[in-house]
Amino acid sequence: MKKLSARRRHPLAAVVVLLLALAATGGLYAAFAPAGKAQAEETAQSLAIEEGKKLYAVGCASCHGTGGEGTTDGPSLVGVGSAAVDFQVSTGRMPAQQPGAQVPKKPVVYSQAQIDQLAAYIASLGAGPITPTKKQYDPAGADIANGGELFRNNCAQCHNFTGEGGALTNGKYAPNLEDVTPKHIYEAMLTGPQNMPSFPDSVMPEKEKKDIIAYLQNVNGEKSVNPGGLKLGGLGPVSEGLFGWIFGLGALIAVAVWVAAHTAKAKKS
Amino acid sequence: MSTATDKRKAPAGERVADWADGRLGIYSLAKANMRKIFPDHWSFMLGEICLYSFIIIILTGVYLTLFFHPSMNEVEYHGSYVPMQGVMMSEAFASTLDISFDVRGGLLIRQIHHWAALIFVAAMIVHMMRVFFTGAFRKPREVNWVFGFLLLVLGMFTGFTGYSLPDDLLSGTGVRFMEGAILSVPVVGTYISFFLFGGEFPGSDFVARFYSIHILLLPGIMMGLLVAHLILVFYHKHTQFPGPGRTNNNVVGMPLLPVYMAKAGGFFFLVFGVIAAIAAIATINPIWNLGPYRPDHVSTGAQPDWYMGMPEGLIRAMPGWEINLWGHTLVLGVFIPLILFPLVLGAIAVWPFIESWVTGDKREHHLLDRPRNAPTRTAFGVAWIAEYIVLLIGGGNDMFAQYFHLSINAITWFVRIGFFAVPVLAFIITKRICLGLQRRDNDKVLHGRETGVIKRLPHGEFVEVHEPLSQDKLHTLTSHHQYTPAEIGPTVDENGVERKVGAMEKLRVKLSKGMYGEGNQIPKPTVEEYKEIQSGHGHH
Amino acid sequence: MSSQEIPEDKHLPSEQGDAHHGGVAVADDPFADPGLPVHKPRIQDIDDRAAKRSERTVAMLFTVSMLATIAFIAAYVIIPVDKIVYIFPLGKVSALNFALGMTLGTALFCIGAGAVHWARTLMSDVEVADDRHPIAAPADVKAKVMSDFAAGAEESAIGRRPLIRNTLLGALAMVPLSGLVLLRDLGPLPEEKLRKTVWAKGKLLINQNTGEPLRPEDVQVGSLTFVQPEGLEEGTHEFQTEIAKAAVMIVRIQPDDIKDKRELEWSHDGIVAYSKICTHVGCPISLYEQQTHHVLCPCHQSTFDLSDGARVIFGPAGHALPQLRIGVNGEGFLEALGDFEEPVGPAFWERG
Repeated sequence: MKKLSARRRHPLAAVVVLLLALAATGGLYAAFAPAGKAQAEETAQSLAIEEGKKLYAVGCASCHGTGGEGTTDGPSLVGVGSAAVDFQVSTGRMPAQQPGAQVPKKPVVYSQAQIDQLAAYIASLGAGPITPTKKQYDPAGADIANGGELFRNNCAQCHNFTGEGGALTNGKYAPNLEDVTPKHIYEAMLTGPQNMPSFPDSVMPEKEKKDIIAYLQNVNGEKSVNPGGLKLGGLGPVSEGLFGWIFGLGALIAVAVWVAAHTAKAKKS
Repeated sequence: MSTATDKRKAPAGERVADWADGRLGIYSLAKANMRKIFPDHWSFMLGEICLYSFIIIILTGVYLTLFFHPSMNEVEYHGSYVPMQGVMMSEAFASTLDISFDVRGGLLIRQIHHWAALIFVAAMIVHMMRVFFTGAFRKPREVNWVFGFLLLVLGMFTGFTGYSLPDDLLSGTGVRFMEGAILSVPVVGTYISFFLFGGEFPGSDFVARFYSIHILLLPGIMMGLLVAHLILVFYHKHTQFPGPGRTNNNVVGMPLLPVYMAKAGGFFFLVFGVIAAIAAIATINPIWNLGPYRPDHVSTGAQPDWYMGMPEGLIRAMPGWEINLWGHTLVLGVFIPLILFPLVLGAIAVWPFIESWVTGDKREHHLLDRPRNAPTRTAFGVAWIAEYIVLLIGGGNDMFAQYFHLSINAITWFVRIGFFAVPVLAFIITKRICLGLQRRDNDKVLHGRETGVIKRLPHGEFVEVHEPLSQDKLHTLTSHHQYTPAEIGPTVDENGVERKVGAMEKLRVKLSKGMYGEGNQIPKPTVEEYKEIQSGHGHH
Repeated sequence: MSSQEIPEDKHLPSEQGDAHHGGVAVADDPFADPGLPVHKPRIQDIDDRAAKRSERTVAMLFTVSMLATIAFIAAYVIIPVDKIVYIFPLGKVSALNFALGMTLGTALFCIGAGAVHWARTLMSDVEVADDRHPIAAPADVKAKVMSDFAAGAEESAIGRRPLIRNTLLGALAMVPLSGLVLLRDLGPLPEEKLRKTVWAKGKLLINQNTGEPLRPEDVQVGSLTFVQPEGLEEGTHEFQTEIAKAAVMIVRIQPDDIKDKRELEWSHDGIVAYSKICTHVGCPISLYEQQTHHVLCPCHQSTFDLSDGARVIFGPAGHALPQLRIGVNGEGFLEALGDFEEPVGPAFWERG
């Protein structure tokens, strides 16, 4: 490990990582890009905006206004950017079901293609953060330890040490970050959905967002390990106390009952 | 003391014992204690859970001191835990990471130590409740009750200083809270804080200072109290539940050697085994997830270990009162909870003295009460527990908000109101239940046990067959003593001189009426009532 | 005066004859103590095969314990300390921790279970009664102690020579003072230390994420940024102690939304800088809700309104968060225009 961290600080390390990343994205692009996209792009874009506008009129306009200018039921969407739309709609938060302290995560209503169309339409209303590409949010090779420090400074106060979530005022809450995709984490940091503040690139550059995503994947994802055993929700002393009382003391009292009980006889108690 | 006439060579064990007896007098000690009788009841083993978890904590704690560095020197971490590589942290935190990841079995011992600590305090509370609800604190055991209570308080603070040692983000936040609480003390707060932390918070001293408090000062005092507690248990002999053959001047059970020794000794291993298994399957205080302490970092769900949840609830529910006068600040929002903490906790500790003052009872009590037969005491105990639980909920209000989808603000308001209302409700309800149970006992004594068999009488009435209780049961259900309420008595003595009745005496009489007066306990059946009803049954 | 009569142990059967094997006539007193029930034998007491079974069970438990200890040692030697395995339902856990804990637990538990099973099934379970004796000493013992004490006191002459007594009490009362005085060097005096932070006029606001100074245009409405004063070096004690007071959060609020006049004055174009240290007991308070502009403390839920001078709107905090006055320097970077005007963090007696 020491060797690796030493090499990570090599002046050429960044170049190597960059080259690798470029090669990877280039390869992926080549593999997945539809043929002839270049010339069709512009038409496709305006087509997407058209389609998105239709979808918007049906699904969103009642709260956000016919032109995205916002109403009393929903904020203005001018300038929120495609990243915000992608986050809100592809996590199922939008369209919202009912008013409440906070709009929760739900099953997704739209297909990814429709979400992209909606995003394109909203983006056309005013410039805002753009849906990130995989190159931006892919945490491969990021600095987990740095991510941890950034997470504890910027995120843990609401989302807990390992992103288990937490309560906010008046029934609002910071959601659990387990199983949230890197893309959505990135978008959330970029756009600041609902009451979450945003962490734009100007104050938290792309690399640091990646570090945070890498940290989260390490401590609260499929790969994360809990050397000590059951993590008890990762909530700290409250769940530990409950476990200690119920299973610790509970088990010991059960044992005590056995120790003190009279041995079976041909006689009732 | 070997006599010349005894030519036989004693076995080795006996010779060792002789040697020891000549110097320590062990035979006299053994004569009194070797076959000492201990009554068997599971609830009498709660204290043993405390004792054994304390021993486990000491054993594992000594092991941990071999690897832990109580230093706040800042170091860069380069151990085997990847997500902390290169992070700046105190040596205390780094060495705790090493114990967890590089010392083989270190993680297990850490987890045993911490789980045992949680269980230790929990067991002390439950043990205390057993003693309280059965009236085992009565004369001659009041001193031992106080020792036990002091052990509980010291246990809480030993726990607090212990979990603060790794200097992780969670415990550091707790220490910060402690500093804020100390600062709120009028006049001397800032000085105490500066002396405790060696200057401004966090400084570079508190881990080392907490360390000596945690491993030497507090456990040393606790050890002394514990030994005194046990000596008194031996000296007083254990209490027992009433029953046939069990009286106030005997103790019925099994002898120390061999049965109790095997059971109690075995129970130590059982407790240790269960805690070791818990430490194998459940994480506690994963400091590697929490990260090193930085005064400008924090995580939501910042909670103390459960036994500090009660003061935490007080502080969370308190409104933010602050008075500024003559250039000084009285931080009531913090200081009032700081004062309430010992008052609420200590309310249960003073009850035995209040009760003995009210009853004026000077006798020794070795037979336990059934909780229902002391309704006011039981109601008070339940009210105290209810208060404790309300405050625990307050201490974990964010967790409850998160997991039951409630508003933190609503829970805080519940705690603010519940702090006053819930104990009162709990008191009233418990007392009613106790009185109801007393009535049921009376019915059972007078009319026998309900058998569930329904019989139709010749004239068509259906009755349930009641089976008279055995004498064992009758005795058990009627052997308790019922106090008569105190009276002020004549205010003029036989010589016509007016006697002054002090306010305290009036209060005592009032309390006595509230505890033993009409409607506050159900008179137990008399032999006459029993005989009358039994003979009446004969007419059926 | 005790106005109630306490019966002197009248209900105690011991005064009604031998209590151990009841002989009180039921007809007289149906509630009388029938005495200890007759001992009933256990299966093991009458059936030798059952007793043998118990013996084998106990021996087996002790043997299992021995095997578990061997397994413990084997696990210690064989399993690498960083080996992670998946165990249902625990998840991915340290193989060594799990193996050591379970083997140690088994080894200990089986000793205990064996001993208890032995005691419960093979040792005598005849209940025995032991007499109690009053804790208080009999009157003659008390009289002897009192007279001994009186003799001792008399011989010491402490009563007749009050000078000795008084000076001794004085000396004993004073000698602990030395110990108290020795505690003086535990720490420095508070003086004005809690009133000052390292913020000063011209200190740049350094973004803690990047270590770079901030420009106003970097800070967007709805964003949250944590800054520290320029020149503060991480990894030292001074850093920990200074950041405990100097931590600051930066948010940007539409100037029209700022309700407090002074707040607006002290901000730069809607960018406001508030102390991150809660005024309740000092937790870093930074749960910022960008739509309501409320910040919540994760420790005790004090809530402050950042759009209204950071006044307290809920919870146990007693006063608003201190605001740092900021501006922009010649190079276009955000800078402090001085230290906080009031002490940051928890209130204290001298705060005023």
